[in-house]
Amino acid sequence: MEHYLSLFVRSIFIDNMALAFFLGMCTFLAVSKKIQAAFGLGVAVIVVLTITVPVNNLIYTYLLADGALAWAGLPDVDLSFLGLLSYIGVIAALVQILEMFLDKYVPALYNALGVFLPLITVNCAILGASLFMVERDYNLSESVVFGAGAGVGWALAITALAGIREKLKYSDVPDGLQGLGITFIIVGLMSLGFMSFGGIDL
Amino acid sequence: MGLRKMLDGVEHHFQEGGKLQNFYALYEVFDTFLYSPDSVTRSTAHVRDGVDLKRIMITVWLATFPAMFYGMYNLGFQANTVMAAGTGGITDWHGPLIGLLAGNDPTSLWDCFWFGAVYFMPIYITTFLVGIAWEILFAIKRGHEVNEGFFVTSVLFALICPPDIPLWQVAMGISFGVVIGKEVFGGTGKNFLNPALTGRAFLFFAYPAQLSGDSVWTAVDGYTGATALSIMATEGVATLQQSLQWGQAFMGNMQGSIGETSTLAIGLGMLVLLVTRIASWRIMLGVMLGMIALSTLFNVLDTGTNPMFAVPWYWHLVVGSFAFGMVFMATDPVSAAMTNTGKLWFGGLIGVMVVLIRVVNPAFPEGMMLAILFANLFAPLIDHFVVQSNIKRRLARG
Repeated sequence: MEHYLSLFVRSIFIDNMALAFFLGMCTFLAVSKKIQAAFGLGVAVIVVLTITVPVNNLIYTYLLADGALAWAGLPDVDLSFLGLLSYIGVIAALVQILEMFLDKYVPALYNALGVFLPLITVNCAILGASLFMVERDYNLSESVVFGAGAGVGWALAITALAGIREKLKYSDVPDGLQGLGITFIIVGLMSLGFMSFGGIDL
Repeated sequence: MGLRKMLDGVEHHFQEGGKLQNFYALYEVFDTFLYSPDSVTRSTAHVRDGVDLKRIMITVWLATFPAMFYGMYNLGFQANTVMAAGTGGITDWHGPLIGLLAGNDPTSLWDCFWFGAVYFMPIYITTFLVGIAWEILFAIKRGHEVNEGFFVTSVLFALICPPDIPLWQVAMGISFGVVIGKEVFGGTGKNFLNPALTGRAFLFFAYPAQLSGDSVWTAVDGYTGATALSIMATEGVATLQQSLQWGQAFMGNMQGSIGETSTLAIGLGMLVLLVTRIASWRIMLGVMLGMIALSTLFNVLDTGTNPMFAVPWYWHLVVGSFAFGMVFMATDPVSAAMTNTGKLWFGGLIGVMVVLIRVVNPAFPEGMMLAILFANLFAPLIDHFVVQSNIKRRLARG
């Protein structure tokens, strides 16, 4: 239990997807003007990550890894070179299914998320989490915890960024830096603040 | 009032259409530094109050004086004590300058004070000159006024430098703090991180050799002495108490960054800020409560594997920069939370984070700087949620 808790905390704060690895930057910068929208996107990322990372974990363990096809009588087959292709396919398919499901059964959330849900397909934080899962050899339950933690961390970061950007509506940024320029500086400074967790060994 | 006449005499050069109109900001600095500005609110409804931004900033600046003067004395006292014991010496340009007016006797108040001044004043002057140069440059180019807030930023930045820091690093740090931490957002009141701490954090990560470790906290070459916090982290409070009593730590008789050592002197500044109601008591209360709560929790959970778990809250209070950060940094009205409830939460987050970093994170012995920066990031979000819950409550009330 303690192991999972520390993995969860670790993936939220220490290995924060947005501020420690700078993954998912395109949506991170683009959809952080309003706290409401950022929060909605954050929730969507949490949901998608919590589903896709374990599913990709299953696919990797039972289909792609070296010797994973032993159950089908093919112990010498190594399909791990198909990893990238399969993960992104799984993510795209799952996001589509999730979208249809939400449209049918939870229309309120579907409308709130709007265009963000399909956007998530191309969010590198999602693919990044699957690749980290393979690299770090997580098992199924670890990958659930890691997926949820990575999502929560990303959601936390984008909501905080949206808060700062809403506050900075009243600031007087030089012309050349307005928009994305100042946002890059803000994200850099935020990552300085998140350095407080760097070095914690759980 | 010859001076007033002289300023009025040259004023027309700096106004719209004058030959020096580009340098109006420079004129304005001198004028408002010497005299109260005569501008008044012209719209119909406003609050009449003697307090303006300038008076607030000058009060904070004065409130740092006890910590600053004690810091200078203590810097000299620590170094002279080490040298009297026969370890190390001073090899650079500071040495002759100290010899000019004083000796190296640790019992002499003047010797210690002069020693500290020779180290502190160059740091402060560098900070001030480099920072004000950036401020004036931006003010002239962007057409805003140079703000007295820089008095506070500069003195706070100088006070959190270690005594041994090279002056070019001081210049780098304050440049980063003023330009990236404040001016790119439009100047005083428009930033979201504390500029002094931003500069200090930049230095901390860019030049760790000069800003952390055991050899930088006493201004003597060739002497290494662990800070109270690092002794605690490696050997525990009991070992620390053999060399440093709680009372000594409270008085500030230990090495460290120039202004952070004496909780007593910082407390004097805190009284000034609280009586004049310039600093928010809610933030300070939040920081204290957060720190006490989490350190007590760690005391209860202590299993003996990490000596920092056993450190009681009253030790957290007096070592490191906890008191300095709580009084002068966390209460920065620009980067802190703005709502009353939000201030408590904001303070609580700092208190929790500082203990968390000190106890759990082996990479940094001290956590105050990063804890405040971290809480600055979440201050707007905290405000947002407080405002939202107020709206909800009032709607429910009907």
